Amino acid sequence: MTEKYNMPDERGHFGPYGGMFVAETLIPPIQELNAAYQQYLNDPEFIAELDADLKYYVGRPSPLYHAERWSRELGGAQIYLKREDLNHTGAHKINNTIGQALLAKRMGKTRIIAETGAGQHGVATATVAARLGLECVVYMGAVDVARQSLNVYRMKLLGAKVVAVESGSKTLKDALNEALRDWVTNVDNTFYIIGTVAGPHPYPAMVRDFQAIIGREAKQQCQDQTGRLPDALVACVGGGSNAIGLFYPFIDDSSVKMIGVEAAGDGIETGRHSAPLCAGRPGVLHGNRTYLMEDDDGEIVETHSISAGLDYPGVGPEHAWLKDTGRAEYVNITDTEALEGFHALTRMEGIIPALESSHAMAYTMKLAPTMKKDEIIIVCLSGRGDKDMQTMAQREGIEL
Amino acid sequence: MSRLAATFEELSKTGRKALIPFVTAGDPRPDFTLPLMHAMVEAGADVIELGVPFSDPMADGPVIQRASERALDHKMSLRRTLAIAAEFRKTNQQTPVVLMGYVNPIEAMGYEDFANAAQRAEIDGVLTVDLPPEEADECVALLKARGIDPIFLLAPNSTDERIKKMDAAGSGYLYYVSLKGVTGAGHLNTADVETKLNQIRASTHLPVAIGFGVKDAQTAKTVANLGDGVVIGSALISKIEANQDDPERAKREIVELLGAMRQAIDS
Ligand SMILES: Cc1ncc(COP(=O)(O)O)c(C=O)c1O
Repeated sequence: MTEKYNMPDERGHFGPYGGMFVAETLIPPIQELNAAYQQYLNDPEFIAELDADLKYYVGRPSPLYHAERWSRELGGAQIYLKREDLNHTGAHKINNTIGQALLAKRMGKTRIIAETGAGQHGVATATVAARLGLECVVYMGAVDVARQSLNVYRMKLLGAKVVAVESGSKTLKDALNEALRDWVTNVDNTFYIIGTVAGPHPYPAMVRDFQAIIGREAKQQCQDQTGRLPDALVACVGGGSNAIGLFYPFIDDSSVKMIGVEAAGDGIETGRHSAPLCAGRPGVLHGNRTYLMEDDDGEIVETHSISAGLDYPGVGPEHAWLKDTGRAEYVNITDTEALEGFHALTRMEGIIPALESSHAMAYTMKLAPTMKKDEIIIVCLSGRGDKDMQTMAQREGIEL
Repeated sequence: MSRLAATFEELSKTGRKALIPFVTAGDPRPDFTLPLMHAMVEAGADVIELGVPFSDPMADGPVIQRASERALDHKMSLRRTLAIAAEFRKTNQQTPVVLMGYVNPIEAMGYEDFANAAQRAEIDGVLTVDLPPEEADECVALLKARGIDPIFLLAPNSTDERIKKMDAAGSGYLYYVSLKGVTGAGHLNTADVETKLNQIRASTHLPVAIGFGVKDAQTAKTVANLGDGVVIGSALISKIEANQDDPERAKREIVELLGAMRQAIDS
C-alpha cells in the first residue's frame, strides 16, 4: 500500500459501508457524541487518564505469550497469544468500556446503558459504571440470560439492572434494538456504551480506536521479542472489536496477513450459523450498512453459535470494507471445531479460552501447520473461558 | 401535483386537518389489511400510512413490534405490502398511501427496483425511519423522479439546521415525532408540541403531521390543530391485538375510534 489507510470518512463511511442510519431523535445525541469524541481523542489530559486506567485498573499491557508447546505440536508457524483474557473482567471488552465511560463522564451523562450477548461486555460496562458511580442498565436477550447466568449474576453484584429482552429472537440483536429504544427515550442523561464496532458512526471508529491498544502493544511486543513483524494475525469476529483492535495498527503493513474467524455454528451449509461476511450480503441494521444475515425480503434471520458473543447477524462495517478490498480474509469455524480449539489450548498450554476465542484457536490449528517454522502468527485470545463452564459441562453431559 | 400535495391543499382550503391512521400491513393476517384500509377511509381517514413489517423495528414500542411479528409470522413482506397497496388503488383513486418502515427491506429489493415497484403500486409517499437525509440522496432522487414524496421525520430535539435539511430533502409533508421515545410511548405534552411547531413552521412551508402518543379523540383534536394533520398508530393497532381472533370486531372498533377522532377534529 502506498497511501496510508485513513478510514472512515468524516460521515463514518468505509466505502459503501458504515454511515449513520438512525431515527431522527438519535441524530443530535450521536452528533454530540462525535463532537466529544473528536475533541477528547487528541486531548492530552483525557489520554493520560485513559492510559492510567488501562495500566492500573485493567492491568495493561497484556502479555504476548509464545505458545511454544502448542506451536511444536502443530509443527508449523510460531504461535503467539495476545492475552486479553488476563485483563480485569476477563476479556478485551473493558478496553472499550473504560474509554467510553470516561467520555460519558466528560459529557456529564449520569446514566449508562449497554447491550450484551455473552455478558462480557455487560460485565465490563457494569464494572466501569460501578467504579464511576453511574446508574447502569444492561439489555440482554432472554436466551442469553439463560445460557450466561453467571455473568448475569456478576452484573447484578456490580449494581447493574439487567433487563431480559423477550422480543424477536431474544438474543444479542434484540438486546441492541432494546438499548436503542431506551436511548431514544432517555437521550438527555443517557450514554449508550456499544460493545463492539457496530452501530451508527462514530461507534465503529471510536470502539476501534479504543481497542487498537491490542494491536499497538502486540506490534511492539512482537518487535521486542522476535525482532520482526508477524506474518499473520488471527482473531474471532462477532461484531469484530477484538479483531479490528488487533488488525488496525497493522493495516499499512502489507506483509502481515489478517484473518477474521466467524462462527459457522452447525456449518455454513445448514444455514444455522453466524457468519455474515462468509455467507451474508450487504444491508442496513443497527445504524450502519454492512454484511448481514437476512432472507430475500431483507428480514434479519436468526443466527446460531455455541458462543453467545459471536451470535450476531451483522458485523462491524470496517470488516465489510476490509473484506471487499481484500486487505483481510474471513473464514469460519463450526461449533465442533471451536470445541477442539478450546480443548487444545487448555491441554497444551494450560489456558482455558472463551468459546468466542476458541474459534480463533481452532483456525490457528489449521493455519499453523501450513506455515514455516520461522513464521509467526499472533492470535487474539480475546477472553477467558470461566464464563463458559456451564455451557461446556452441559455440552459434555456433566453435572456441576 | 402529487396526491399528497393535492390532499393537503384541499384540506387547507376548507380549514380541515388530516386524519392519518397507521396500521402494519398483514396484521393480524394478510387478508385483513385491504378491507381495513377501505373502512378507515370511510371512517374519515385522509391519508393512510401502511407499515412495512420488519424483523428489527428499533424505533417502535411493544405494540407495533408485536404487530410486525404477527405480520411476519404470515410471511408479510415489502413485496406483498406493495401488492396490497396496488389492490387498494384499483378502487380508491383519491386517498394517498404512504409506506412507512425501515430501510433494510428496501436495500434488499434494491433502491431502483423498489422505486419502480412503488410507482407501479401508485404509492404516494415513502417514510423510512432509519434513513436520515444524510444517507438518503440516492433513494430520494429515485423516488422524486417518479413523483413519489419522500417523507422525513422531525423530533423534539431537531435543530433549525435539521428542519431546513428536511424541508429541502422532503416533500408531501413532514412527520413531527411529538416525543422523545418509541411509538406508543406515554402521553405527549401539548404545550411542548406547540412551541416546537412554531419553530418548525419558521423553517418550512410543507404541511406537518404530528404523531407518537396520540391515543384518544380529544388529544387528536388538540394535536391536529397544532399542525396540519395527526397520525394515530399504536392506539389502532391495540384494537387489532385485543381482537386477533375476531378481525371484524377489530375493524369495527378501529372505525369507531377514527370516527370519533374525525368528529372531534372537525368540530
Ligand atoms: C471473549 C469474547 N471474544 C469475542 C467476542 C466477540 O466480540 P467482538 O467480535 O466484538 O470482539 C466477545 C463478545 O461477547 C467475547 O466475550
